[in-house]
Amino acid sequence: METVVFYVFAALALAGALMVISFKNPVSSALSLVLTLFATAVLFVLLLAHFVAVIQILVYAGAIMILFLFTVMFLNLKEGALEFESKHLGFKVSALLVILLFVGYFGSLGFKKGIALISNSSKNLEGFGTVQGVGTSLFTDYLLPFELTSILIIVAIIGVVAIAKKRAS
Amino acid sequence: MIVWIILFPLIGAVINGLLFASGLWKKKLNGDEHAEHSISGLIASGAVLLSAILSTYYFVQLLSLEPSQRQIIQELFVWIPSGEFTVSFELMFDTLSSVMSLVITWIGFLIHIYSLGYMHHDKGFAKYFTYLNIFVFFMLILVLGNNFPLMFVGWEGVGLASFLLIGFWYQDTEKAYAGRKAFVVNRIGDFGFILGIFLIFFIFGSVNYQEVFGKALDPGFMGTVSGVTITAIGLLLFVGAVGKSAQFPLYVWLPDAMAGPTPVSALIHAATMVTAGAYMMARCNVFYSQSPTVQMIVVSIAAFTAILAASIALTQNDIKKVLAYSTVSQLGYMFMAIGAGAYVAGLFHLVTHAFFKALLFLGSGSVIHAMSDEQDIRKMGGLRKKIPITAITFLIGTLAIAGVPFLSGFFSKDEILASLYHRGYTIHWIIALITVVLTALYMLRLYLLTFEGKSRVSDTIKRHIHESPYSMTIPLMVLAVLSILGGYIGIPDFMGKVVGLSDTNLFEHYLAPAILLDSAKDAGHHLFGHWDLAAISVGGAALGIIIAFYLYYIKPSAADKLAKDIEPVYEGSLNKWYVDELYDYIFVQPFSYLCNAAASFDQKVIDGAVNGVASVIKDTALTLQTAQTGVIRSYATLMAIGAAVILTIIVLW
Amino acid sequence: MSIGIEHYLILSAILFVVGAYGVIVRKNLIIVLMCLELMLNSANLAFVAFSNALGDMTGHVFMIMSITVAAAEVAVGLALLVSIYSHRESLDIDILKLLKG
Repeated sequence: METVVFYVFAALALAGALMVISFKNPVSSALSLVLTLFATAVLFVLLLAHFVAVIQILVYAGAIMILFLFTVMFLNLKEGALEFESKHLGFKVSALLVILLFVGYFGSLGFKKGIALISNSSKNLEGFGTVQGVGTSLFTDYLLPFELTSILIIVAIIGVVAIAKKRAS
Repeated sequence: MIVWIILFPLIGAVINGLLFASGLWKKKLNGDEHAEHSISGLIASGAVLLSAILSTYYFVQLLSLEPSQRQIIQELFVWIPSGEFTVSFELMFDTLSSVMSLVITWIGFLIHIYSLGYMHHDKGFAKYFTYLNIFVFFMLILVLGNNFPLMFVGWEGVGLASFLLIGFWYQDTEKAYAGRKAFVVNRIGDFGFILGIFLIFFIFGSVNYQEVFGKALDPGFMGTVSGVTITAIGLLLFVGAVGKSAQFPLYVWLPDAMAGPTPVSALIHAATMVTAGAYMMARCNVFYSQSPTVQMIVVSIAAFTAILAASIALTQNDIKKVLAYSTVSQLGYMFMAIGAGAYVAGLFHLVTHAFFKALLFLGSGSVIHAMSDEQDIRKMGGLRKKIPITAITFLIGTLAIAGVPFLSGFFSKDEILASLYHRGYTIHWIIALITVVLTALYMLRLYLLTFEGKSRVSDTIKRHIHESPYSMTIPLMVLAVLSILGGYIGIPDFMGKVVGLSDTNLFEHYLAPAILLDSAKDAGHHLFGHWDLAAISVGGAALGIIIAFYLYYIKPSAADKLAKDIEPVYEGSLNKWYVDELYDYIFVQPFSYLCNAAASFDQKVIDGAVNGVASVIKDTALTLQTAQTGVIRSYATLMAIGAAVILTIIVLW
Repeated sequence: MSIGIEHYLILSAILFVVGAYGVIVRKNLIIVLMCLELMLNSANLAFVAFSNALGDMTGHVFMIMSITVAAAEVAVGLALLVSIYSHRESLDIDILKLLKG
């Protein structure tokens, strides 16, 4: 059962990723990315990371992708504004080579070390992946990074406002 | 405190140089040139006068000492403390250096006075006196030093001063080149000299006069030294003298040195610097008296120089050039005497020559001044009535140098000729005799063409002819008196006996303590007695005078006819026997070529290498620049490839 | 067969390289940013997989941080993009060549 779910949603994620890099229209790419994110969220659930899965959908697929789509719409793209994709093979070939290399490595890494997953074994962890578990960790062990992240967000907000402001011309 | 003899000129030079020559006080004096000239002239002349007075004072002191004790030594400080080779700044005032010092300072003083008038209109007045004082300072170090390195310091220093003064009017490139030529030719001699000093130190282990000569007089020590070594030392030192005292083949700088102001020619190139070689060889009499080979070489070269220079002087038309070649010839006389071992005779001639040659040069300066800077004697004539004081003093100098009896030149020249004969240098004696005739000839020619006969002066100059101011004529008169009376300090014994006096050669007796070794006094023939020799030399002088009178006074056209008859010889003599051209061809051109080759090597190869390295780096940089495209995608690609490579390395290791 | 950690890791790797390919090859600025998101997402997957295998909550916490940072980065990136577009009237990434040489 688990296997099937895994393979199906893995395939979906992969398909979404491939579609992201293929479409000319950014809106299509964005929607494909949403598909990928959803599939990944399901995989998170498979990994008993419930809280994180929901956060992924809410924040990533919900907020960030909406941001993308809004920006694309506000850009007011004219006719023919997207006709500039490259025909050169140079970049494509080198990228392909890199891909093969990376996949090879990670694959070999993956096959060498076999650590068993919790969901498969009989290990029973209390509160693993629940809100309570994440909250405990977040507010005790990792409080400092948590607070720093909030500062990061403020800085980002200020930066965005400063950059995107209309200049008095 | 004999150090003050050399310090006064140094102080004078420093004050003049720093305050006046540098123009520092120009504003203070509000550009009042007269005041500036007066003060700097006063400082310079006063400095030399003080040195002269001090020298005289110490000379008197020496007279009060026993003859064998006549030496004042003062050590100032240790100059080079280098283990075995320890040289101290030590001065010695003995009979020899006292004679030199008196000549330098008193004649130097007279010439300073003369220069006050001669250089009156020159812009570089203070600079000139600074250089003159520097010269006196170094010359005094040369004669007062008590070791060879100090003498060398003085040697080089006077060479420098000579260069500065010859090229004094350096804006005229010819004059600047003359200064350079003097310095370079001098340097060739200096090279031999310094090798001689090295050899002396190597053999004797010291460079101090007392130590070296003490060892050289010791027969036990000298037994261990081979004759070749002593010959080598003598020869090397003589090479230095050849350069400094203008003997063949290094005499070529002296005629060119006439480009400098006339008082400079009088002081440096007649009375003092050129005699440094003679002084040095007289000081080293211990070496020369022990090496007959060197003595023969010295006398031969000197004799050749004497007659060569006299032959050139016969035809020269520039008043100063005649005197320059005359100086070379008379220096030949001095070296003939010193080479033959008659050191006293050579030094005696040095002193009398200083008197009359300085007189002649200063007189010629007076003539040039009167003739508005005209120096060609073909354009002169009949000047005696217009500038009588100059004419009379010049005549006195001419007669003195010709060897007319009872003037100073007669006594010194006679002694040289007698020494040559008595010591066995008969052939050289004959050459010297011929030179006596020639000397009288060309000097009288000079006098007659300049002062007597019909006036060939151009009208524009004729209007301006005037006698020189007192500052110039008084030194002339003083020197004329010295030229007449100066010989009487060295009357030879055989003449003194006539009037019932014995031991009349005061000069010889005075110098005896400094002449440590004298050899072969009587090796020569005895065909002619003393009076015979004197008569022969007077006869030679008379012959020269009569010929000159005939050719230039009684029948002036005869001279030109004679010149045409022997035209090749005449042309050769007029062109200084083409020696300068020969040197240019043999030495100067190849050296020039080498220099140009070196320069182009430096430019093409060395600069090329350096610039080449720079271009390689530049090209490499340009090539590497192509990686910076500014396109983000290529950067991303390169990063990815880089990460892949690193991963490969990590995984495979 | 049971799913081991290696499956998740391989998937993560594949997603990552697909995103990398997209960043390198695509010239549209918006799509490049989206591929960046893809890469971040694949890294998150790897984090969570390891967290599960090791029984440690650290991976989850890290993933939350990662999402936060991604959000901030996207915001700023899009702001820049808007600014560039209003300046250059084109979304081509290759026209931003002022740093050439």
